[in-house]
Amino acid sequence: MRYLPHTPEDIAAMLKTAGAASLEDFFTAIPPECRRSRPMALPEPLTEWELNAHIDGLAGRMAAGPEARVFLGAGSYEHYIPASVSFVTSRSEFVTSYTPYQPEMSQGTLQAIFEYQSLAARLLGMEVSNASMYDGASALAEALLMAVRVTRRPAVAVSRAVHPLYRQVVRTYLAPTGIEIRELPFRPDGTTDPGALGKVESLAAAAVQSPNFFGCIEDLKRFADTTHSGGALCVAGFTEPLAFGLFQNPGRLGADIACGEGQSLGIPRSFGGPGLGMFASKMQYVRNMPGRLVGETVDIEGRRGYVLTLATREQHIRREKATSNICTNNSLCALTAAVYMASLGGAGLRELAQLNHDKAEYLKAQLRAAGIALPFPAATFNEFVAAFPAGFPDTYRRLLAKKIVAGLPLETYYPELPGHYLLGVTETLSKADLDVLVREVQS
Amino acid sequence: MTTFHGTTGLVLDEPLLWERGRKGRSGFSLPRRDVARCEVAPELAGEIPDVPELSEVDIVRHYVRLSQWNFSVDAGMYPLGSCTMKYNPKTNERQSAHPGFASAHPLLPEDLCQGALQLMTALECCLAEITGLQAVSLQPGAGAQGELAGMLIFHAWHRHQGKPRSKIIVPDTAHGTNPASAALCGYTAVPVRSNANGVLSPETVAAVMDEETAGIMVTNPNTIGLFEDHIKTIADIVHAKGGLVYGDGANMNAVLGRVDVGRIGVDVLHLNLHKTFSTPHGGGGPGAGPVCVRQHLEPFLPIPRVVVRDGVFRWSEDFPLSIGKLQAFWGNTGVLVRAYSYIMSLGAENLKRVSELAVLNANYIKERLKGTFHLPYDRPCMHECVFSDKLQQAYKVTTLDIAKRLMDYGFHPPTVYFPLVVPGAIMIEPTETESKENLDLFIESMKAIAAEARENPEVLHQAPTRCKRRRLDETAAARKPCLAG
Repeated sequence: MRYLPHTPEDIAAMLKTAGAASLEDFFTAIPPECRRSRPMALPEPLTEWELNAHIDGLAGRMAAGPEARVFLGAGSYEHYIPASVSFVTSRSEFVTSYTPYQPEMSQGTLQAIFEYQSLAARLLGMEVSNASMYDGASALAEALLMAVRVTRRPAVAVSRAVHPLYRQVVRTYLAPTGIEIRELPFRPDGTTDPGALGKVESLAAAAVQSPNFFGCIEDLKRFADTTHSGGALCVAGFTEPLAFGLFQNPGRLGADIACGEGQSLGIPRSFGGPGLGMFASKMQYVRNMPGRLVGETVDIEGRRGYVLTLATREQHIRREKATSNICTNNSLCALTAAVYMASLGGAGLRELAQLNHDKAEYLKAQLRAAGIALPFPAATFNEFVAAFPAGFPDTYRRLLAKKIVAGLPLETYYPELPGHYLLGVTETLSKADLDVLVREVQS
Repeated sequence: MTTFHGTTGLVLDEPLLWERGRKGRSGFSLPRRDVARCEVAPELAGEIPDVPELSEVDIVRHYVRLSQWNFSVDAGMYPLGSCTMKYNPKTNERQSAHPGFASAHPLLPEDLCQGALQLMTALECCLAEITGLQAVSLQPGAGAQGELAGMLIFHAWHRHQGKPRSKIIVPDTAHGTNPASAALCGYTAVPVRSNANGVLSPETVAAVMDEETAGIMVTNPNTIGLFEDHIKTIADIVHAKGGLVYGDGANMNAVLGRVDVGRIGVDVLHLNLHKTFSTPHGGGGPGAGPVCVRQHLEPFLPIPRVVVRDGVFRWSEDFPLSIGKLQAFWGNTGVLVRAYSYIMSLGAENLKRVSELAVLNANYIKERLKGTFHLPYDRPCMHECVFSDKLQQAYKVTTLDIAKRLMDYGFHPPTVYFPLVVPGAIMIEPTETESKENLDLFIESMKAIAAEARENPEVLHQAPTRCKRRRLDETAAARKPCLAG
């Protein structure tokens, strides 16, 4: 086996040194009742070339690649990824290193993550970002737990226009804690009603997502003001951070915690993971933050350098009193997001965001002209909801056979929205692709 | 004369991104605009993000230079105890980057994502077979999230039995994530000490196990690198009081093909695919932490789960007792493809060989460094061995000094000051992918450092001298945090 370097002579010599007669000797500490009764039954090992063919076969049964036209967003977005981004993030030194606990030997990762934290904070308009979490959904759950720690209040409010799968994760994380979750309804325009917050004084936090699951831009400012009026924290979620290249960012609108999914920033969709849990807050809450943080310092010669810091919040120091059980950050994904953001630059982020917006606006206009209802009038970024006439499910299935996915049916998540589909459009779909969709959904 | 490979190379300085950026540059090929521009309402429009602008060549040089300040498995031996820094096979990168997986949307209709569902099902079967447990969820995104899944399953199971419990037994050798994961479920951690042999005694567990206690969290082999040989009796004690046994599979690399986790009484186990199953650590993630359970706990696994109906793979949420969801989507598929590729490349015999050689390597180091460094538990170890700085204290040399000096010899240091039960611990896990020559060089380095400690301890206090930076002031970093620039 090519990954195992030991020759028979090596093994013999090493056994002799270790005072063992055979490899079996090392396992005598395992009592007989703990041992396997039979060998593992696994497939015969494949050669490298057989593995290529096997994986090609499986991958061939996926609607991905140029022939598929997938009008899906809903928390996972296809954007062009420059070759230079994939190239530098595949460097062995980044890929095959561990968490930078020994800073002198890990300055590459540490500076890169410090830069990620800085760019993430700037994009979100927040004072401090952590080194990242698993994904947007667990980041939201952690944000609500953090708000409970900060305020010591036993309830949170979450908008129903927050990604339904994120709300499911929030329920899972909060289930054993006894923290009450109040759901806030959305209005006919597709946004959340800040007036529905009710008694804010009993809430640790209120969470809203903008752009929300329907693609609509929320009135985050009013939402934050209402939340603050009762001493609760405003948690601003997102699944598509590219939107902040064009729309006002959560920090500017008053968010105390901004958290969401950063997959959009140069990370392949990979069937949903790994992604990038982005997590940022006001500086005053930093000691209650979950997750790793990189900070700037100096070495004994006074030269600038970076270390993991404020570790007394974390499980390896604080154990059961830690701010979270999280250990890993999705470091390589955070690195990727930083390389991607820096590759675009401020002007590129603006222009790309504008293009995404404009493609979605074009598709909206074409669908509207074709007589298809767009029920939510609120402003959107690169996805929106369309209500198709009865009989559309047949069309939808027919299009699937052509590897065209005409949006995400919403009825599964919102029984009150039958016939409603969430359509996502990015720069990777051409005007011709959009025209094909408009033509096909009418036929 | 032994030649060590620690050296200083041509390593270039590099400023921060925004110190390099110049307004008007770009590293991105803007996609063609084929639709009309459409302004957003002025009250919604934000400012242009304050992100530096660099050309593609700037970007590439910036990150290539940064990468050269990192040590990595691909550069050399990385014997971090408990982290299993084995070689990450390159074919696995090719497989996970396959556009069929890498560019697949997670919410594709089932008929359009059969390949991924089939792979996930096959990987679940492999992990069940490897552990001896009956059902697997691939959803947890890392080891600690696997632990959380496990604790949520404990919590949901006890609640389903009609009697929620409030405490959990956690040995003093456990990773910090264990008590932290338990705390998220409202459990109070009850610490128990390991005995003079470095393992748990059944009596110690029996003394604290009661009907308020949800169960026990055990890492086996434990973090001292020893097999918990009373595990079966301990599991019986816990089960007799209605508790459950959690196995932290962080150290699974020692016992592949040897131990039947189900047979020894473990009810729930998480695996770290980024340890045992060779997926790269990425400088701190992403990983994957599948959770494996015995039959009676299968209904509690996270949803959705892949089921097969008429030969077609489908998602199913029809598990009313499930703990729910841990991630928005299905898990870290990119990582799962790599681990699956690893298992398919090795097969049963080679996986068993992996553990044999991992254990051989650790015992070889233990025997050869015994005497040079203090070995608190002198008995055959599993995949890692734990020394301490006790013999070096006379020269005012600490574990930290030894670790920093190793860098100058061209090795990543072992895990230090963990497990907590060994003061000044030096925890060495070589893994099976290191050859005898590499181990010999590491051992010679450690011996040379021990000699320096006696003869010239100042060299150790000053170390490292060959890295990009000398020792960094961590106290100052925490006192006045500068977390963004």
